[in-house]
Amino acid sequence: MESGSSEGEEVQQRVPLRERVEWSDVTPVPQNDGPNPVVPIQYTEEFSEVMDYFRAVYLTDERSPRALALTAEAVQFNSGNYTVWHFRRLLLESLKVDLNDELEFVERMAAGNSKNYQMWHHRRWVAEKLGPEARNNELEFTKKILSVDAKHYHAWSHRQWALQTLGGWEDELNYCTELLKEDIFNNSAWNQRYFVITRSPFLGGLKAMRESEVLYTIEAIIAYPENESSWRYLRGLYKGETTSWVNDPQVSSVCLKILRTKSNYVFALSTILDLICFGYQPNEDIRDAIDALKTADMDKQDLDDDEKGEQQNLNIARNICSILKQVDPIRTNYWIWRKSRLPLSA
Amino acid sequence: MSEESERETNPPPPPPCPTVSQREQWMVESQVFQIYQLFATIPRNAQTLMLELQRDNHMQYVSKGLRHLSSAFSVLDANRPWLCYWIFHSIALSGESVDDELEDNAIDFLNRCQDPNGGYAGGPGQMPHIATTYAAVNSLITLGGEKSLASINRDKLYGFLRRMKQPNGGFRMHDEGEIDVRACYTAISVASVLNILDDELIQNVGDYIISCQTYEGGIAGEPGSEAHGGYTFCGLATMILIGEVNHLDLPRLVDWVVFRQGKECGFQGRTNKLVDGCYSFWQGGAVALLQRLSSIINKQMEETSQIFAVSYVSEAKESLDGTSSHATCRGEHEGTSESSSSDFKNIAYKFINEWRAQEPLFHSIALQQYILLCAQEQEGGLRDKPGKRRDHYHTCYCLSGLSLCQYSWSKHPDSPPLPNLVLGPYSNLLEPIHPLFNVVLGRYREAHEFFFTES
Repeated sequence: MESGSSEGEEVQQRVPLRERVEWSDVTPVPQNDGPNPVVPIQYTEEFSEVMDYFRAVYLTDERSPRALALTAEAVQFNSGNYTVWHFRRLLLESLKVDLNDELEFVERMAAGNSKNYQMWHHRRWVAEKLGPEARNNELEFTKKILSVDAKHYHAWSHRQWALQTLGGWEDELNYCTELLKEDIFNNSAWNQRYFVITRSPFLGGLKAMRESEVLYTIEAIIAYPENESSWRYLRGLYKGETTSWVNDPQVSSVCLKILRTKSNYVFALSTILDLICFGYQPNEDIRDAIDALKTADMDKQDLDDDEKGEQQNLNIARNICSILKQVDPIRTNYWIWRKSRLPLSA
Repeated sequence: MSEESERETNPPPPPPCPTVSQREQWMVESQVFQIYQLFATIPRNAQTLMLELQRDNHMQYVSKGLRHLSSAFSVLDANRPWLCYWIFHSIALSGESVDDELEDNAIDFLNRCQDPNGGYAGGPGQMPHIATTYAAVNSLITLGGEKSLASINRDKLYGFLRRMKQPNGGFRMHDEGEIDVRACYTAISVASVLNILDDELIQNVGDYIISCQTYEGGIAGEPGSEAHGGYTFCGLATMILIGEVNHLDLPRLVDWVVFRQGKECGFQGRTNKLVDGCYSFWQGGAVALLQRLSSIINKQMEETSQIFAVSYVSEAKESLDGTSSHATCRGEHEGTSESSSSDFKNIAYKFINEWRAQEPLFHSIALQQYILLCAQEQEGGLRDKPGKRRDHYHTCYCLSGLSLCQYSWSKHPDSPPLPNLVLGPYSNLLEPIHPLFNVVLGRYREAHEFFFTES
């Protein structure tokens, strides 16, 4: 889990609250830390003062413009304070504030630190209140953040929420395509692509999109066979329809193509292994390509691969595990485990 | 079978410049491999020194935070129970504890964070929050002793959790707060360890988490979001605690998690993201949990292979008589799902007492190497990756991950590992943890006795 921790901007030439006339009637409430608190933070004088005044208005549940302004100061000091954000939402509702102004406020906050749950939860609440009119704002807001950090988890989750709640699906697949053109290793963009093809009301769902998406993905695999994102996406295109995945010649064909290059073939091999476990029968080309990857010392350890029928597939699967163990040493234990768990009917 | 024809496709020429993902990945690899190459060239005794866990320095670093934190920590002012947990847990992992005065001060402080209506806030005067409730409860369990454990108002806490629960099975982090898989885990974990878990709290939680397992195999924070290490641990642990782990696609989950360990030897949080020391626990913890689910995983693998073996035969038959076999196949798949035990109160206890030895699915020596050589700062504290600054969060989760590595081959959860399974000197050995809660095992047992014994 990502823990954001950057300090908000301090207001320049700030007048202390105790010197402001509009706060003269309020008695600040100190933090009830006890005589010997642990993990004591050495607050600045400004921080302490703002929080003391916040506690005062929070405890009295004061619904006023000055309280609203105070919450803005408080989240500037600590944008992770969910209590302040919560109280701010109560104030926004009570004071019937124009929430379009609040969108601007959140954007200013995001410029400083956009990696905390509280700000994004607030943004979602505001956009939900505004309804469909907020659609373009939310898509532009997230696009702006993603242009700087294309894998920003909160931004993507918010964008998904906005699409589902406010709409705007029409151009989303193109947006994913653009991002993947810039960085084919952007797994967040691949995830978004999957989100779109499975949930967009304009595309007809996974089955309808499968053929064109398989072509797109195979092209990405051939360009960068070491890219795990495209292989996982390809598997996802057959989610819930494993029989189609096993029987689609395009899948085994792209695996064969990669195997023959004899480089970056870990994902191709593990895909063939998975296919065999689900009943796939490798043809002669696949078997030859796998044999070509075996090293001399590997031959002695493996079973005789001249056998026919069911045993042949089991031997091929075992050989694949042995090869993967060699070329993918960080996962040695996993491939040993997979070998020990091969289905007998493979 | 029909002959497969190879598709003739000419891929476009690769772009002249590497993508931002590639550049960032290669930069980190370069830093890490430089450290490993340096390590490989120095004499053996110098290697042993480099591999030594600087226990005293780490303890000095975290202990100092209990008494003084600079103003820079103001951004964590709503997370002070987390600071307590990261520090107390790091100390407990080292086999140490704090003095009585500090313990009393901590109990008093956390009591001031405890809301009159249940749950713990991120600081005195703030609203109760499920994540900081988890941090506070784990801190109090880690402190141990009757005074600490008795300070938790379980009845009120239960009421708080019920108020945060949503019809879709998720939990809000706080009153009108955000809903995600973290909230599910922190709520269910706390309820489980305190023995206040019931059918009401469990209702629909499994459905919510299942909807968060992605096409990749890992678990996301919300339905549709990207598979992520922190949420994967939270989702998996929750499903175990509520007795519904068999409803996850475990073979795909295993495959996703083991591929998060890269050539840098550490774990990344998401596919094609950078390695980060904290995932030594989040991902290392997930694989440690999965290691203990081998019988369920094997069953799922056998079921799927049988289904599709039948399906394959049906497919051949279909070509003969032209009938569809999809309905039959789907029916059989449904029939294979079984309801698991509803005795969720004992799951966490049984998890560590009915421990079956099983070889780890990840490379535990390699992960230890990453933690000790790349995440460790010699002057104290642990970090994300080389070049990043140490902090309490990464210290806690790197040490937690290191403990998981050291005990990953153990026959029993707290039987000491063989020396060759502990990278570096044997003095590096940490206390074992309960992997479902990330609490030191001895403290968990004490808490279990306190909260589960009929009084």
